[in-house]
Amino acid sequence: MIHQCLGDYACLAGNIGFNVENLRNGFWQLTIDGFAWGAIYALVAVGYTLVFGVLRLINFAHSEIFMLGMFGAYFCLDKILGFAPSGNAYNKGVGLTVLYLGIAMLFAMGVSGLAALGLEAVAYRPLRRRNSRPLTFLITAIGMSFVIQEFVHFILPRIITGYGGSNAQQPIILVRPRVQFHIFGADVTNVTLVIVASAVVLAALTDIAINRTKFGRGIRAVAQDPTTATLMGVSRERIIMTTFLIGGLLAGAAALLFILKVPQGIIYSGGFLLGIKAFSAAVLGGIGNLRGALLGGLLLGVMENYGQALFGTQWRDVVAFVLLVLVLLIRPTGILGESLGKARA
Amino acid sequence: MRSRTVRSAIATSAAALAVLGVAGCSKQSTSTDTASSATTSAQVAETNLKIVPQMPVDQNGAEITLATDAAPPANPAGDGTATCAPLAIAMAGPLTGADAPFGTNVKDGAQLAIDQHNAANPGCQVELKAFDTEGDAQKATAIAPQIVGDAAIVGLVGPTWSGETKATGAVFDQAGLAALTPWATNVALADQGWKTFFRGLSNDGVQGPALANYLKNVVGVKKACVVDDSTDAGLGQANAVRDTLGPIADSACNISVKKGDKDFSAAVTQIKGQSPDLVVYASYYSEAALLLQQLRDAGYTGTFSGPDGLNDPQFVKSAGQAADGAILSCPCGPASGAFADEYTKKFGQAPGTYSLEAYDLATILLKGIDSGAVTREALLDYVRNYSGQGVARMYQWTPNGELTSNMIWIYKVQ
Repeated sequence: MIHQCLGDYACLAGNIGFNVENLRNGFWQLTIDGFAWGAIYALVAVGYTLVFGVLRLINFAHSEIFMLGMFGAYFCLDKILGFAPSGNAYNKGVGLTVLYLGIAMLFAMGVSGLAALGLEAVAYRPLRRRNSRPLTFLITAIGMSFVIQEFVHFILPRIITGYGGSNAQQPIILVRPRVQFHIFGADVTNVTLVIVASAVVLAALTDIAINRTKFGRGIRAVAQDPTTATLMGVSRERIIMTTFLIGGLLAGAAALLFILKVPQGIIYSGGFLLGIKAFSAAVLGGIGNLRGALLGGLLLGVMENYGQALFGTQWRDVVAFVLLVLVLLIRPTGILGESLGKARA
Repeated sequence: MRSRTVRSAIATSAAALAVLGVAGCSKQSTSTDTASSATTSAQVAETNLKIVPQMPVDQNGAEITLATDAAPPANPAGDGTATCAPLAIAMAGPLTGADAPFGTNVKDGAQLAIDQHNAANPGCQVELKAFDTEGDAQKATAIAPQIVGDAAIVGLVGPTWSGETKATGAVFDQAGLAALTPWATNVALADQGWKTFFRGLSNDGVQGPALANYLKNVVGVKKACVVDDSTDAGLGQANAVRDTLGPIADSACNISVKKGDKDFSAAVTQIKGQSPDLVVYASYYSEAALLLQQLRDAGYTGTFSGPDGLNDPQFVKSAGQAADGAILSCPCGPASGAFADEYTKKFGQAPGTYSLEAYDLATILLKGIDSGAVTREALLDYVRNYSGQGVARMYQWTPNGELTSNMIWIYKVQ
């Protein structure tokens, strides 16, 4: 028995490479691709970090909000804009493609935003009214994650034929990845450009929203001290709804960008692993810190790719989580550390 | 304060539009792809590609000529006069989780046989009891005692995965419950000494070499990259292909990815660097479709091939035009004709991989029940001595549970 266990482990070790050559050859390509993935992780991570900052709750159902956004974008492209699902790419020309993608993104953001608000109203508000313990919130979050997944798995096919179920949706591919230019020998495709550009814009807008607007100040106030904020006239319930809404909107946008990159990834379980990685990214950058979430996402995306090249493609997810553990060992509050609620100088 | 915010928001949005515009404009200025300009800006046609059976081959990749005077396949309806006490046949496989489509295919195949039997034999009603293993060997060990503990169950179609079968074979052997697996292809399963193990198809020891020899001798490839997905089945099949291809399988692009991966850019870069004329992927269709499309996007023009896990209509649906010309192997027979029509009518979609084998194996159990073997021992004996034609192939087993005649079908996407 032990002999067999050792034998199995030895087999595992045989599969870990240490291929520095691979990493060096593909360095810039891996970095560029890592930025694209990192952008998606960053947008989803913001949802986790904002909710934690305001409510001290890890919203494990956020990955399902992302997944619902994917289905929302698919629905928009399929039923509203009329693209028939097919494994082949459409070629509508640049302007129209950008327009269609924009509409799909707005629709996805709407679906995710509404789903986030619904989740808050149905799952978390009743618990808040009863002053439940944090553990109860956590269990509810995990439970809602499963409920939404299995809803899409089993019930959605009965509501809209062809949606949900065990198989991934047949893809609708609007953009064929084409190389635009080269940086240090690495290919930069149009898909990468669109993803990174959109993510940068959305991140900047969110940053402005949180740090420069009145309701952003309200969010920071409630994160810092809910009771005093209420005394100052900030409606706690409104702020919480706004926080969930912002997280949902960004998850919806990330969902569309994910579909651009992986058109065949629309399935009920498609949000789960990505959500865990985005949560790790949020913790990596400093949970409760908006800029930390963005930085953490980018860092995770890039490091994952490096690790993949260095150790072997099957170790990609392991690298992501090992990185998280290492950073927490050295700096427990995450890289950027400060929380949403700390007063800025 | 407010106007500053508004101004910065406007500035950011303008910058956004500018960046998107630049990205968009560069999209237009790249070299036109003749293929994509051929598809007009009107609708993109649904892919008309189908998986078409080519021929059955043996282990050396040589074609097997089918006997044209084969007996008609066994019909689960029998002669309509069977009588029995209410019994059950169990089915075990992944019904939820990521592998749910595979187990559901098996369950539906068995269900069709049982429904046809029950409709024709009012005196003998057999129930199908489905047990969900979630594709997990651990879960399967929890399910197996439930199956043997239910006295009404006299036979089992399953387990579906090789991992599950390995974990539970001893339990069924001890209980004397015949377990006919429609899919578990791991070679070692037949060497465990289980008297209740029956494999309804050829194993990986046959499929890997058959596919590799076919690709080597008939298609004539010179350089291949073999990619596996680190699962038991995938690794086994990929290694069998690598061994048989020999020097043709370039060891510099022996890649292992992970089942569930969505992004294969690192693998694609490595493969591109080696410029093979064949890529073999083992072994499930969702990842295969993604890898194939990413390979084609990166400019790969060679052949794509894979074993039975890719042999599913979903593979073509997901990969689209990129799948054209892909060569697939499967120990499963072509599901067509009356069986496919009935299946589609009942379940609303074409039969999936191994629905047909599940149908045939359930039919064998039902025929045993109809002939009077209503206890586990009697049914086990019946199956051991069974020799008959099914829809997919001839069924007769050696003492350790392998089929007496091997046959691998080659399919092509066209």
